[in-house]
Amino acid sequence: MMENDKLVLGGHEFNSRFILGSGKYSLKLIEAAVQYAGAEIITCAVRRANTKEHENILDYIPKSATLLPNTSGARNADEAVRIARLARELGCGDFVKIEIMRDSKYLLPDNYETIKATEILAKEGFVVLPYMHADLNVARDLVNAGAAAVMPLAAPIGSNRGLSAKDFIQILIDEIELPIIVDAGIGKPSQACEAMEMGAAAVMANTALATAGDLPRMAAAFKSAIEAGRNAYLSGMGRVLVRGAAASDPLTGFLRD
Amino acid sequence: MNYNDERYFIDSDTLSPEALERKHRIETDPSARSNHMEYMKGMEIIKSDIHDKVMGHVDSVDFSKYTARDVLAALDHHTCTVEDFKALLSPAAAPFLEKMAQKAKLETSKHFGNTVYFFTPLYIANYCENYCVYCGFNCYNKIKRMQLSMEQIEHEMKVIADSGMEEVLILTGESRAKSSVEYIGEACKIAHKYFRMVGVEVYPMNTDEYKYLHECGVDYVTVFQETYDKVRYEQLHLLGHKRIYPYRFDSQERALMGGMRGCGFSALLGLSDFRKDALASALHVFYLQKKYPHAEMSLSCPRLRPIVNNDKINPLDVHEKELCLVLCAYRIFMPFVGITVSSRESKEFRNGIVKIAATKVSAGVSTGVGDHEEKYKKDDGQVSKNSEVDESAGGDEQFEINDARSFNTMYKDISDEGLQPVLNDYLYV
Repeated sequence: MMENDKLVLGGHEFNSRFILGSGKYSLKLIEAAVQYAGAEIITCAVRRANTKEHENILDYIPKSATLLPNTSGARNADEAVRIARLARELGCGDFVKIEIMRDSKYLLPDNYETIKATEILAKEGFVVLPYMHADLNVARDLVNAGAAAVMPLAAPIGSNRGLSAKDFIQILIDEIELPIIVDAGIGKPSQACEAMEMGAAAVMANTALATAGDLPRMAAAFKSAIEAGRNAYLSGMGRVLVRGAAASDPLTGFLRD
Repeated sequence: MNYNDERYFIDSDTLSPEALERKHRIETDPSARSNHMEYMKGMEIIKSDIHDKVMGHVDSVDFSKYTARDVLAALDHHTCTVEDFKALLSPAAAPFLEKMAQKAKLETSKHFGNTVYFFTPLYIANYCENYCVYCGFNCYNKIKRMQLSMEQIEHEMKVIADSGMEEVLILTGESRAKSSVEYIGEACKIAHKYFRMVGVEVYPMNTDEYKYLHECGVDYVTVFQETYDKVRYEQLHLLGHKRIYPYRFDSQERALMGGMRGCGFSALLGLSDFRKDALASALHVFYLQKKYPHAEMSLSCPRLRPIVNNDKINPLDVHEKELCLVLCAYRIFMPFVGITVSSRESKEFRNGIVKIAATKVSAGVSTGVGDHEEKYKKDDGQVSKNSEVDESAGGDEQFEINDARSFNTMYKDISDEGLQPVLNDYLYV
């Protein structure tokens, strides 16, 4: 990985571009997953952390990791704001990933409510990372609302279907100046690599690891893939361009001055 | 099928001759029973198209028409349609149980990862005004009745909460007279202090009453329809509010209208054609979810169990393989839905099914009233019968449980299966 290639979120710098989920696997595997993934940011549902002493997920997350609490369970902006504030009270820090779902079947984000919650929480000093559908207008609204990054879903959560929304995510990468973090639906390392090649700033995964036979090893595989994709992106993708080929001799060489 | 309903009828020696005569009359003479489709006074009628949508499928389904090819096609489809689901419930699916289990496991892991949620039921009263012939709480059954005071409820809750449990399901027998909405509401307020998640499984209520309970801290309402077969329903629920089929059917919708976050559904397998009841239960969820997409839904799949004074009650043709098939079909049809498997099932079945389709299990269970302290003192996972508990400690149980593992034993067993027990995944907002 190139030096000085940092992921910057709300003024905070990170070396790793792999954001790790924590909610779907054994608590005892979290530490190993963080270590093998080389992850510096780990997400955690506030509703899972809102527990008593017995097996609190927060106790299993290494102290060196930056916690990214999410507001899953919120059905509107008001609930997301309350959950974010609770996260702060629980000592989860100032980062928050906004997840607002009004649909229990597909768990798709509600863009409209997400914009509202982003605006409120950004004003309260949170580093807000909103989970959203890849919609350019919404992404612009999120920028204006004070988001620190934009997190479009690649495919329905838990589906492991990869970059179903690829073309729309590419538009966000091309047009939005904030980091674009691809979230949800990434099922295997090659898909994470592809997202990074496109210019995504980071990738988040949870189910793909949780359902792997050897979780730490899969975490390591994602780490390598994300780094490979990032390096490919930074290297300019060579002559095999993602969008169109380049002729070795200029096509316009015949034109006179 | 011959349901042999006589096996349900048990006469108590404490009934007066007049009461006994009335009991026999309603058991044997349908004309002596009220119209089970007619609302009683005070029952709210809502405008809903859910019943017709669900029963349109159930009344017309012919499970015998599905073939092995239909089952394999259903397993191959990316999205399981209603037709696919019917094929998976059909007799033609039986040889493909292992394939179904594998697909179900995949779907479960995609949506729930490696997690299993825990809860415990708490019965606060067992008075009941209904005569549901298969139920241990039925008004004619001679059992020890009890209703906990608020002090007793708080004590029981503290005992349960101290064990580590964070989700509680409050249950009563169905007696508005003994267990008023306010009584249940007060109990829920106490529960809200001790638990992160409070659900109720009590008699069906009107929307404004569900709204009141929600304000008391409840966010989850479970109502079992028992059977969706109206003819069987009429033959099994002979007296009381529960006799009114449509009022019960719309309970979950009223609960959601009252502001509840989610609701639970089930048929009690063994009362009627289990395939039709499974189809109806799932479609009840399916169509309500379309209408209330934010709601969190869950399905249970209880089978009939013996009760106090009647050990002849059993789930008829619903053996473990049939139960597993139903649960796999539920999971494949609705990957996002929570599936609860209660202590009616054995330890071995529950350990196995959480690896395939179930996402929630009860632990530290008593279906009696006010006896958690006695049971929890033992904490060895071996207490299985009410007889092992001091009879004077509380009211009798609703049914015999099969898996009496304590919270700690359950936690260890589930962890040993390679799964992650989750005590709370919930915020009351």
